[in-house]
Amino acid sequence: MSARGTDPHAIDGKFPVPGQHYDLVVIGGGTSGTQAALKGAQTGLKVLLVDENPVPGHQVGNDVPWFFGGRATAAMQNSERMLETVFANMDHLEPLFDAGVEVQLGTCAWGVYRNGPLVGSLPSQVVGLADAEKSWLVGFDQLVLATGARDLPMAFPGWNQPGVMGAAALGKLLSLYDAFAGRRIVVVGSHELGLETALSAQTKGIEVAAILEVRDAPQADAAAVTAAGIPIRCRTWPVEAKGGLGGVEALVLSDGTTLACDSVVMAIGLVPMLELHDAANAARQFAPNRGGWVPVADSNITAVGNCAGLPDTGFDHVAYRQAWMEALGGACGGDTVICQCEEMTLADLTGVQPPRYLDRPPALQRRSLSTLLADGPPNQDQVKRLTRSGMGQCQGRRCRDQVAMILAAEAKCKLAEVPLATHRAPVRPLPLKVIADWEESEEMRAGWDVWMGIPTQWVPYADIGTPYEEENRRVLGGNMSL
Amino acid sequence: MSAQKVVVVGAGASGLSTAWWLARSGVEVTVLDKGVVGWEASGRNGGGCSHYQSPLFKEEQRLWPQMDELLGYPTEFSPERIVMAVTPRQLEQYTYIAQMNNRLGHRVDLLDAQQVREAVPLAGDNCLGGIHYRFGGHANPHRTVQAYAWAIQDLGGRIVQHSPVTGFRREGGKVTAVESTTATYECDAVAIAAGPQTGTLLAQLGIDLPLAAARAEMIVTEPAPMMKLGGVDGNGLYGRQTLRGNLAYGGGPHEWVEFGDLGPEVKPSTPLTRNLARRLAELFPNAAHLNVIRSWAGVIEMTPDGRPVIDRKDNVTFCTMSGVGFGLSPASGHAVSDLVLEGRCSFTDIDKLALSRFDGIGEGWKTQKGWLPL
Repeated sequence: MSARGTDPHAIDGKFPVPGQHYDLVVIGGGTSGTQAALKGAQTGLKVLLVDENPVPGHQVGNDVPWFFGGRATAAMQNSERMLETVFANMDHLEPLFDAGVEVQLGTCAWGVYRNGPLVGSLPSQVVGLADAEKSWLVGFDQLVLATGARDLPMAFPGWNQPGVMGAAALGKLLSLYDAFAGRRIVVVGSHELGLETALSAQTKGIEVAAILEVRDAPQADAAAVTAAGIPIRCRTWPVEAKGGLGGVEALVLSDGTTLACDSVVMAIGLVPMLELHDAANAARQFAPNRGGWVPVADSNITAVGNCAGLPDTGFDHVAYRQAWMEALGGACGGDTVICQCEEMTLADLTGVQPPRYLDRPPALQRRSLSTLLADGPPNQDQVKRLTRSGMGQCQGRRCRDQVAMILAAEAKCKLAEVPLATHRAPVRPLPLKVIADWEESEEMRAGWDVWMGIPTQWVPYADIGTPYEEENRRVLGGNMSL
Repeated sequence: MSAQKVVVVGAGASGLSTAWWLARSGVEVTVLDKGVVGWEASGRNGGGCSHYQSPLFKEEQRLWPQMDELLGYPTEFSPERIVMAVTPRQLEQYTYIAQMNNRLGHRVDLLDAQQVREAVPLAGDNCLGGIHYRFGGHANPHRTVQAYAWAIQDLGGRIVQHSPVTGFRREGGKVTAVESTTATYECDAVAIAAGPQTGTLLAQLGIDLPLAAARAEMIVTEPAPMMKLGGVDGNGLYGRQTLRGNLAYGGGPHEWVEFGDLGPEVKPSTPLTRNLARRLAELFPNAAHLNVIRSWAGVIEMTPDGRPVIDRKDNVTFCTMSGVGFGLSPASGHAVSDLVLEGRCSFTDIDKLALSRFDGIGEGWKTQKGWLPL
């Protein structure tokens, strides 16, 4: 249209074409991602595969992307050594080099951007990548998400201290990083994830004090675990993790007994990592047998491996989680922390109360989750805005699934009816100086305005129609402030 | 003869404040919203409360320090702002803004670089100076919109969420009921403050309000050490340090957009996140190591001159704030409520915000301005 471009402060033409473009970009260098990259390269595509391992040390402390629970050794802080270790432990990547796939380790994907509803300004669809120093965008025709699944932590008294961690994190620390700081663990959950976690830990020389199961029997074939001498205690769950400065030292169980341990490994479930998919506003569906919300492939973005959903063995992961939440939730007091980043307690959540730096006047104290639910259907983002649950550094990785389950229980609705709390780029926390575009286009720089750039908008009301209006326009040029 | 029963369309900051003022006057008020309270621009903005350009400015300034007490719920209002420069051109411009405000009787102090750095520990060696608004401030949009809604309920008003308006019943030129997907609500008067949808709703009543909608973006970091004054702008950014410590900032180019009558279904952000991050790292070099944890976008509506429209025709009062509605909401609600009940604003002159200034603007204004979606 001929009149286009007459608004110098609109986004039009300000995003440059990305410097690099690939036919296929694969996010995640596990076995599924590697296969997808190899297949692409064999059909003649120009392929990039990135993997965020080794995860930077400061992310490990924030439990991003796995629930490390403070049980990574100091070796994780040595990025060069970690890169060597990870590279050695990812030998399945080797065929990629021969096939001509470009592989970048220590590189995370933090956003996917496409034109669609409300966005038409991108010159091509891009994925945002970053390493420890910088970020950049690459264009793609096809994107394969092979980001795996993340941990599903669940609160109980004392869970917010070092030593309570996730099964996926333990798996990475043992098999990828050689950097697990624990010696004696208790595994919570006895379906495949829990049993496999216990066995692989034992193989690595870790003592497994017990596997706990909330239901009446192990949830998968436990023959190997029993043969390995690992006790499984059914109808038994944690009621409190006790510890000292170094974190967990013992776990008190629902039957009144106590197990000495330095780590409690939550193996109740895994959640497909659909952050990138969801942040790109791509479709998803709820599949209880595959771990909850899972991505739906479209013409440009496909998920593979656990990112696409856990293997469907007929096991209802969602029902299993709810069984655990009922038991663990029964052990929680009002003062049990639910959101670790924001130190929000269960009482704060069910009371829809603000953080402690704000006063709680009487009218506010009369409000609660039940009054909020009387006003409308459950909405986790709304509860987040009011309580800050899931609003912190880890962006709800540790609490979002549990908060959604609590909302469903309070609203007496199915979990699938609680809208998924939104994921937003950057899906990995990235320092300002790293995510910053230090080489932005001249068009962006020249067209920048703090707000809309409409010359008449910021003219003081009393000045409208006076000579000051023209002066204002001349000096400020439509900017509230540059 | 004053209205006894009023329906307010739109549970954003302007509509909620309107309903709150009406409820305070003893009116039986119902607020209808297509979705959740404060879910659009009212809950996605920078939280600024310092709109010196507005005829509602004095009322905005009078009310904000009292809002927590008046509403009965915390808004996180924090007074005063600093605008700091990192380029000579910015310093020149901010100095002009300070002088302009002082001429108008709004106190703004000039600060040298050292004074800025003392007040803003996150500022760095690149700071060249700044200005200190001895008025205004910032509040938490999320908390404020919910505070309005709860305060309305406490006064006996009703908030109906997920209830998009489908039509109006009219008798003798007056709206007698508002029809929605959930029910029909009879009324003596209606107030429409539905953001970008205000134009299409008014069109059903034969009122032509020229509006264009745009998408704008913000980012937020993990918490930084608390500064004494959280409302610090500059370098092409607006925003605030929240009371939790996070730096929440926006600015930069907007994208003109179109969507259906029920509003935008998604509010995507773009790689503009990186440009915002760069400017924030330049503004606060001592915060450049902080993690960005989230970005988001919101949609605002604009009139052709970027100024609000607050006006009334028959028993229909309408309000669009042209993208600066949150901070002014305590005052705009007062003005709209006055128009509903008395036909005129009781506390200031808002004649220049009348819709008649766009009479005869014609169909092609968006094209002429280049305010068209890509």
